[in-house]
Parts: sequence; C-alpha cells; structure tokens
Amino acid sequence: MDPIAIDTDVLVVGSGAAGLYAAIEAARAGAAVFIADRSLIGRGGATVMAQMTVAAALGEEVPDDPRAHFADTIAAGRGLCDEKLAQLLCEEAPDCIRELDGWGVGWARRNGHIAATTAPGHDRPRCVYVDFINTGPAVSKTLRKEIARKAAIRKAGDLCIVDLVVRDGEVAGAVGYHVGSGAPVTIAAKATVLATGGLTRMFRRNSASANMGGDGYALALRAGCTLIDMEFVQFFPIGHLAPRLVGMDPIMWDPFRYKLGGRLLNGSMEEFTSTYGSDEDGKYVLPRDLATYAIVKEVEAGRGSPHGGAYLSFQHCSAQSLRSAFGPVIDRLAANHIDLTTMPVEVAPIAHYHMGGVKADATMATELPGLFVAGEVVGGTNGANRLSGNAITEALVFGRRAGKSAAARVKQAARRQVRPQDAAAALDLVRADTSEKASNTAANTAAMIARLQSIMADDVGPFRTGIKLRRALAAIAELAGELGDRPPRRAAAFDLERLEWFDLRNMLTVARAVAAAAEQRTESRGAHQREDFPHSLPHWRLHQSVTMKSGELIIAHPPLEGEGRTAEGSSGWGASAAPLSPPPGPLTRADLPPPGGGDAKANV
Amino acid sequence: MSVAILKIWRGSARDAGRFERYEVPFEEGQSVLDGLRWLRISKDPTLALRFSCINANACKECMIGLDGETVYACTARLEPREMTLTPLPNKKLIRDLVTEIAPPSERLA
Repeated sequence: MDPIAIDTDVLVVGSGAAGLYAAIEAARAGAAVFIADRSLIGRGGATVMAQMTVAAALGEEVPDDPRAHFADTIAAGRGLCDEKLAQLLCEEAPDCIRELDGWGVGWARRNGHIAATTAPGHDRPRCVYVDFINTGPAVSKTLRKEIARKAAIRKAGDLCIVDLVVRDGEVAGAVGYHVGSGAPVTIAAKATVLATGGLTRMFRRNSASANMGGDGYALALRAGCTLIDMEFVQFFPIGHLAPRLVGMDPIMWDPFRYKLGGRLLNGSMEEFTSTYGSDEDGKYVLPRDLATYAIVKEVEAGRGSPHGGAYLSFQHCSAQSLRSAFGPVIDRLAANHIDLTTMPVEVAPIAHYHMGGVKADATMATELPGLFVAGEVVGGTNGANRLSGNAITEALVFGRRAGKSAAARVKQAARRQVRPQDAAAALDLVRADTSEKASNTAANTAAMIARLQSIMADDVGPFRTGIKLRRALAAIAELAGELGDRPPRRAAAFDLERLEWFDLRNMLTVARAVAAAAEQRTESRGAHQREDFPHSLPHWRLHQSVTMKSGELIIAHPPLEGEGRTAEGSSGWGASAAPLSPPPGPLTRADLPPPGGGDAKANV
Repeated sequence: MSVAILKIWRGSARDAGRFERYEVPFEEGQSVLDGLRWLRISKDPTLALRFSCINANACKECMIGLDGETVYACTARLEPREMTLTPLPNKKLIRDLVTEIAPPSERLA
C-alpha cells in the first residue's frame, strides 16, 4: 500500500486545547495547518475531561496580578519550576481566557464579572470555570468551532503518529497510519507541534483517556530531544474509589470540594490530615502532594477505608445545598445508589498529570529545529508539583505560543519533502505485510498494557524505594522483550492490537524514563517521594534530563532553568529580579516558603 | 460467580458478520464498557471497539447498540443476563462494534 502523502506548513499532533489553540494561532498567522489525532478531533485527551478550574489572574472580582499567580505556581513547584515557562503561563493566561470569552466559551459570571474560585495552593480566588463539571468540554467545543471556521486548517482523527521524520537534524514532519484502514501516512511539514498530552494511562488507577500513554515524550525522545523532570508524576489525592460509579470522571470530587468543602476522614471516620501537619478544617486547601501523602500514610497505618483509601463526607450538607450546587449530578449519583446526605464515598490517589516532559524554551521551541511543544507534553513549568488550575491554562497559553512560533518558522523555512530515506524505518514499521507468513505476535497487547499499569502503580507510584524502582525497571525490560521490535504484521480495520503495539512501544520507553529518573533522584520532593530518602535535599534542587542514544537512556543533571539570574541580569520574575511590587491582596513574597531544601513543606 | 453473557456482532461488512458469545464476570455497578475491556484483556484482544475517556462520559466515542437501543457503553450497566451488542446501524461500519462517527471534515479520507 503506497503511503497517503500529506503536505502542510504546520503539523499539529493532538487536538486537546493545546493542539487546537496552536492550530488557530498558526492559521491566523497565515500558515496552512494539519491536525492529527490518534483519537477523534477534540474528543480524546485531557481537555474534554477537565471539570472545573482554569487559573488566570484576571482580577475581575478581587484584585489580582500575574505575579501573585506566578508566586503560587513557584511555591507549589517545590523549588523546581522553570521560571521562564511559569512566567509565560501566568502572564498570558488572562489574555487567553478573554479570547476564549470572546469566542463564546461562556465563563461563569457574577455581577457582570467573570467569576473565580479559590483552588488549593492559590492565595485568592483565581480559577475561572464554565460549569462545575463541564469546563473542559466547553473549552474543547469552543476551540473546535473556531477550527471549523478556518479553511486553512485540515484535520483528521483516527490517525496514529508513529515517528517524527528528522532530516539533517531538523524535524520535517511525521510518519503514521490511519487506524481505520491501516494505511500508512506521511506528513511533510515545515514545523511540527507536539500537543499530545501526558502519560497517566501508564498507571492502573488514572484519570487518563486511552490516548494518554506518553506518546509525545517518546516521539520527541526518539527524534533526539531532551526530556526533563520525568520522575514527577502528579497523583490527584481524592480520585473516586468506591462504590463503583459509572459515567463520571474519577476527578469529580474536586468541584464538590470547591463548592462544599467536605470532610476527609479515615476508616474510623476521624479527620486525619492534621496528623501530617496539614489541617484541613473542613476547607479544601491542601496541596495535592501533601493530601496524597496523608491518605497513603493513613492507609499504610491500617486506618484506611474498606477499599484502601479515605472517606470523603458531605453528610453535613443538606439535600437542598447539594441539589442547588450540583443539580443533575445528584441524579447521576442516585443512579449509582449514592446518597451523599447519608453516606460518605471512598477516595484514593489516582495518577492525574505529568509535570515532566519535553525541554523547551519560552517560544515553545525544542532543541530540534522545526519541533515545538505545547500543553502537558512540555516539561518543567510546574516543577515537582503542579498547582491546581494550571493545566488547561498551560494548554491555552503554550498552545497559542507554539502556534505563533511554528508559523514564524514557516515563513523562513524552505519547503522540504519527506524523502524516502528519511522515513524508511518508520514506514517499514507501519506497513502491514499480508503476504508474509510470519504470524502476529502471540502477545496479548491489551493484557500487556494492564501489566504495565500494575508495575507502574505498585512500584513507581506516589511512594517509591530504590528496590521497587529497580524491580520496575527489570519488569519493564521484560515487557519490552515480549513486545519485540515489530508490530503485528496483520492489519485489520481498526486493529486495536496493532494500535496497542505502537502505544506500548511508546509507553515502555516512557515508563523506563520515569522509573530510571525516579531511581536516580535519591531525595523526596513534591510528587516524587522516596521512602528510603524521605527528605528534600538542597543539592537535589536540580532537574534531571533524559536523552536517548542507540536505544539507551542517558540521565544527566542540567542546571536549573531560570537560574540565569546570575549572569543574564534576567528580566524575569525569578528570585533575583527586581522586587515584586506587592500584589494587591494578602500575599507578599516574604510569605512564601523559601525554595528548595530549606522548605519544610517539601520534606513531607 | 454470576456472569453477563455478551452476544457481540463481529465482522467487517454488514452482510458478512456473525454473533459471538462471551461470558464475562458480573459485578454490581459495572458498565458494559468495563465488561468489553475485561474481555479484550482476558479473552479476545482482537475485538474492535472505540472508546477514549473510559468512565467520564466526556468523549462520547463509545456509542453502540445494546439490545437494539443506542447507548454509551461507559454508562450502560452490565447485567447478569444475555446482552446483545451491535455496531450503530446508521453509520458506516468499520469493524465489529466500531463505526465511522466523526464528521466528514474531521476524517482523513
């Protein structure tokens, strides 16, 4: 089968908020755009599953300043945020929120102002929303509508990108295949934007969709990019655990807690977070790494709920207050035999977000000319722990910036073909060979993914030890051996075994990067907690990078981004920059914990 | 252990398909998609089905026929009885339970 050949200025891989915004911005700058998604356009990925909050210092209801948002982001990151990326995120967030407002996303309003709520870790109400559980779908729908209005943007779902094409050290497009038909596809592009999201599908309990197996990290790594901070996987502390609840995202208790507080209780129905130095007092204030720590430790001490988590109770809320806050959701809960006025639910940490990712500068350019990144696939912005509400924000801000940068490259780069020799290896992988008598791999790829999810949850979860991590690395290597280096030869229409083979190829590489970086980091910080190294150590206030050479992963320690404070006389907002003019409101710089090893919070 | 019997339409052409019957463990509260995902992991990974968000009912990709009604597999309940699963009748068939549900402007070809 001859490959389907596509030619475009900008290739965008992924159609969550980051990919869609990148496409819109590139098209606005005059570029022709092609969007490819392994799932359907605007349907898979994390954006459509986001429930409520998007952080931006709009200052409509109470005064706010992007610098205060930045200070909270840096504090949450436990000394490891890439300050240039964090600054971009906070600075441009209000503009993106207003642009979406103009496109009719429908941000909730109070007294004519865009309404904001206070999410854990923020010093004031800063998180905007459309609805208590439908913010993500509204953002996705709005961006899809904008995409549809632009003739310069073509798009295709069911298109699995298998490898980037590198020509003379520059990214010149990609090779993939159409999931529906199995047909190979080549895409020639002057600029490519990876907006592929995160990796949390690698864990047993996760809030991911099926296309969030870390494919963008693997694509970038194989092409020659550097990944950073891969050991930092964020666990959302109160993912739904029991009773079985269908038709709701497991992250659903987040908006409930924003609106109603709720009480986090152990198996004896006692409040327990104060035992771990973090008093909740019926309010939703605890950062994610601290709450995850408290729940896991309480379960370990034999004081967990029956299914191995904690109770979350809204029994102190009246039926009326629940109904007025969550209307139809209360009916969905009832259909699942859950009555919050008479029973608590069980919650436990669930893999939710990846702080690590592809190294990029503040234009979203990677080290490889022609390759840009946007959204969760970008590494470093959120350091060792992401602040609530920053995920959709980074998708919007980084997407827009990546689209602008990609379009700028299009103007100066010559059109280049995907030559057969540049794409040969990838095309060889995707080309199904029906004539060959070699049968399919005997491996059950669906079962292998389930095995990987168990390995990652049990040994690379929120609490790690050197022994567990080395065991995980051995088990991942064993799976890689079983997978082999050839996909199944047969290619049925919508062949999930074949798709899962390519997913596993990426997932196993990325799992190895996460476990290896975690094994190397012999301290505890933010989302990376080592039971054998329980303290945060000053000399570990650095990023770890992962690169690939001849299939082997190499881990190194590049200097901290934003530490350019010394020589560059940085105009950024880092510690040595001009003192903050105090943001309006209660927060001052002096209130913040010192970054890094001296930070008592980072010790937990 | 009680079981659900999934009678699933298999094939790549409407006029050349067949039903296959599978037993999957039944647990109170589970979705039909839970049963289908268990089936692929434990018995038959060749089954084609479309899903993305798994449990949130956000992606709306898992639409199939259940006993003749169109449902989301992620919200339809698994039941300890025979359940007949078919591809959507009004969409182009791709294979097994998968149909072409994307708008034409969002497809490759």
